[in-house]
Amino acid sequence: MSDSATIEQSSQDAGERQPVTKKEITADTPTWCPGCGDFSVLSIYYKLIQKRNIPHESVTTVAGIGCSSRFPYFVQAHGVHYIHGRALSFASGLSISRPDLHVFTFGGDGDAFSIGGNHFVHTARKNVKMTYVVMDNFVYGLTKKQTSPTSPIGFKSKTDNWGALDQPVNPMKLAISAGATFVARTSHTNPKHLLEMMDAAMDHDGFSFIECLSECTEFFAGAFDSSNPRKGGEFKLMPEDHDPTDEAAAYAVAGEDFPGRFGIFYQVQRPTKNALETGVIEAAQSKFKGQQAHDILQANFNKMK
Amino acid sequence: MGQIYFIFSMSETTVSEANNGNDSRASDISEATIRLAGNSQDGIQSIGGFLARLAGRREREVMTMMTIPSTISGGASIFQVRLGSGEVLSPGDKANVLFAFYQHSYDNHVNNLTKGGILVYDSDHVEPCEEWLTKYRHIGIAISSLTVEAIGGTARDKGKNIYALGLIAGMFSLDTTKLERLINERFGGKGESIVKTAMDAFQAGCRYQSGDISNLFRLARGGAERSNQVVMSGNEAIGYGLIAAGVRFGAGYPITPWSDIMELLRRELPKYGGSFIQCEDEIASVSMAIGASYGGHVAVTGSSGPGISLKTEAIGWAVMAEMPLVVIDVQRGGPSTGLPTDVEQSDLNIALYGGHGDSPRVVLAASDVEDCFYTAIEAVNIARKFSVPVFVLSDQAIATRIEAFNEPDLKTICKDVELDLSPVPSHKPYDLSSGDGLSQHRAPGTRIEDGRYPVVTGLEHDESGHPSGDAVNHIAMTKKRRNKLKTLADELPVPEVYGADSGDVLLVGWGSTKGPLLEAVEELSNNGDALSALHIKHINPLPNGLDAIFSRFNSVYVVEMNDGGVYGYGQLAGVLRARFADARIKGINKTAARRWKVSEIIERVKASRAEEPVTA
Ligand SMILES: Cc1ncc(C[n+]2csc(CCOP(=O)(O)OP(=O)(O)O)c2C)c(N)n1
Ligand code: SF4
Ligand SMILES: [Mg+2]
Repeated sequence: MSDSATIEQSSQDAGERQPVTKKEITADTPTWCPGCGDFSVLSIYYKLIQKRNIPHESVTTVAGIGCSSRFPYFVQAHGVHYIHGRALSFASGLSISRPDLHVFTFGGDGDAFSIGGNHFVHTARKNVKMTYVVMDNFVYGLTKKQTSPTSPIGFKSKTDNWGALDQPVNPMKLAISAGATFVARTSHTNPKHLLEMMDAAMDHDGFSFIECLSECTEFFAGAFDSSNPRKGGEFKLMPEDHDPTDEAAAYAVAGEDFPGRFGIFYQVQRPTKNALETGVIEAAQSKFKGQQAHDILQANFNKMK
Repeated sequence: MGQIYFIFSMSETTVSEANNGNDSRASDISEATIRLAGNSQDGIQSIGGFLARLAGRREREVMTMMTIPSTISGGASIFQVRLGSGEVLSPGDKANVLFAFYQHSYDNHVNNLTKGGILVYDSDHVEPCEEWLTKYRHIGIAISSLTVEAIGGTARDKGKNIYALGLIAGMFSLDTTKLERLINERFGGKGESIVKTAMDAFQAGCRYQSGDISNLFRLARGGAERSNQVVMSGNEAIGYGLIAAGVRFGAGYPITPWSDIMELLRRELPKYGGSFIQCEDEIASVSMAIGASYGGHVAVTGSSGPGISLKTEAIGWAVMAEMPLVVIDVQRGGPSTGLPTDVEQSDLNIALYGGHGDSPRVVLAASDVEDCFYTAIEAVNIARKFSVPVFVLSDQAIATRIEAFNEPDLKTICKDVELDLSPVPSHKPYDLSSGDGLSQHRAPGTRIEDGRYPVVTGLEHDESGHPSGDAVNHIAMTKKRRNKLKTLADELPVPEVYGADSGDVLLVGWGSTKGPLLEAVEELSNNGDALSALHIKHINPLPNGLDAIFSRFNSVYVVEMNDGGVYGYGQLAGVLRARFADARIKGINKTAARRWKVSEIIERVKASRAEEPVTA
């Protein structure tokens, strides 16, 4: 859009500025329960912003509704706390109209795969440029322990006292089949790996999706122990020879039994929605070089006389 | 170049009697209403479009009316065009000339002819009925076979519309050179052979001669030139109005009759460096639009019927987060899927109240095609200034109607608002200090020098956007959101009363009922009866001063195309009764999925007055 001049200006200013400190990027004290996995995601986000030295004012954090979605309040940057399940749509409007920003979207498993499931599919297929981190705790945290779309069969929740009945969503498979161009999986228990995934996601030109297992100590404690070496589990990386551009291979790994693998499952380059729309704009504008809005509109009105 | 008027070369009585189009008995009339009835695939809408464009170029007011069938193809379709030299307020109730392409067109529309009207029918398809033969002047023309003769055998029903256009041009001695130019413009992009076929059909229609048809009408020249006019539909006017006001982003999901607007914006916005995104549903579209508004440019979403229902949660967020947004609601018959292609004004309540909680938003309603253009602009400006969602209510009747209006001065109207990302020392997104409720967001990308960045949120929040459950804060913020609208109300003009300033009966309307209401005032005053009318465009907030107007009349009737409900008054009437606690405010309602006819309004008022004791 027509904002490029101002943007270059502000990034230049940023270049001369001191890198942002952790203190500067930290806002309200998180309201999460002690030990909640979401804390790790937040501190890795701070690290990422510092490491990448992006202009403070162009970091934009968008979230839906849930424990995890309270994220923006804890980040000292432009932030949005939107409605349940629709954060991706909001973030898409922002990303497409403001290509200069770094748009990060955070949310929970209910937000992403249940109420927001359709938006997840369409944002992925449209390949809207942004990074989306789903803090997957296999449960509804904020509303206090109802079955979530990723709850394993048999999980005893307040809405399934006898244990969850329905087949859970497999976020990796869902993302791959929907057409996401960057699909990765990590866990809050491995901050180094989490930062690596966030870093790679940010480098990706397109919709980069990360499922981060993030334990809800309050309502589903121990859910991810089997992936945590400190709890006797194993943090299994992707097979050495995995080709992330091989969709079928990625799908096959995604089908492994829980706790499955961690790393980049799938990554391909496909034009982003942002780039495609810019292409449409450039083609349309090439016919109206040097004309102002009223000239362009006048041309239409002249045909309606 | 002089102006051409249509003059029927007959008085109403002469024609009903005989086929003797007698020039000496011609009486000048200021308007002609032509109805074309056929099937949707015949392209009769495009005949209407050509006539409207011709009239526009002829600097004549034109209003057309179109009903589209709810089936995709094969359904009945009508187009009515009313050409007048005076101020044309509403589509003519009855037609002077009916073109019937099929038997069903003939059977269903013959009743819509004025007394002594003329019936032109396709004799390949229509068998005239004895009863009507004596009542109306009948002219049978083998439109289908003559078209095939003119353009070749394979065309089937194609081209019939252009042939009929030629017939009309011949009948009314329209400017064929201009029409040929319009045909060239319309089909020029589709290749030479298409243009030639269209031209052949048109010219054959023009050449059609028979004693029957040639003597009916006489042309007269005269009258002052009108200023430049443009011709478009209400949906187009909204789309172009949004662009003129500087909207550069929109998102939507297709639904009739809103789709035209999104199609137009999708096609046009890129020329201005903007985008319109087709989303997976209405929730995503309103959310994308709000996201773009947050990005710093007022964005638009819109829908009709069920799509509006889906957007309500997000609109509530925009109220709470104080995000500018324009929501276009092209109303259709409801509830649920309702009557997708029929007119109704039953979305006022959802526009005003749709969503949970106390969520004040602005609601404007457009009254005609021209007003669609200016209302869209006003909506954008209000959204910008007051950081609030603004509903624009249009309806199916104005959405597809084509009207000519004075060409707007685009150079002074058009805005291309630059995004302002200049750094600010500090920023509170929900600043309470001003008292008038107004505050402005700073778009992401804006450096806040004191390092305290805003969060925009749907949770109740303090001035910097951080969650607050404090009762005192909630009271203050609720007041802020409400006070903005009070501030706006103080800026709104008091609507003018049409007809006498005081008297017995005041009719009140909103949206597309304006034309029929004003015409009712005119018609009664011509008959020596007094009736006044008030049209309300700003429905939330209401302008100040309405109570003073109401107090000058004995009775106030709110005329709406919605249900009178359990208590006998419609949606605007409910708002006015609640606002003014005035039991004299009564409803005149209809849900017949058709526009108000002037005669109907007058009858209903009379009936209502007869029922109740006249208060002095
Ligand atoms: C439309 C709507 N429906 C329901 C809710 C209530 N609600 C808030 S958060 C939530 C689920 C949260 O689960 P998840 O998305 O997994 O986030 P978590 O709290 O686990 O991080 C629900 C059902 C809501 N806010 N809005
Ligand atoms: S309820 Fe669970 S997800 Fe929510 S803050 Fe507590 S531990 Fe975290
Ligand atoms: Mg969860």
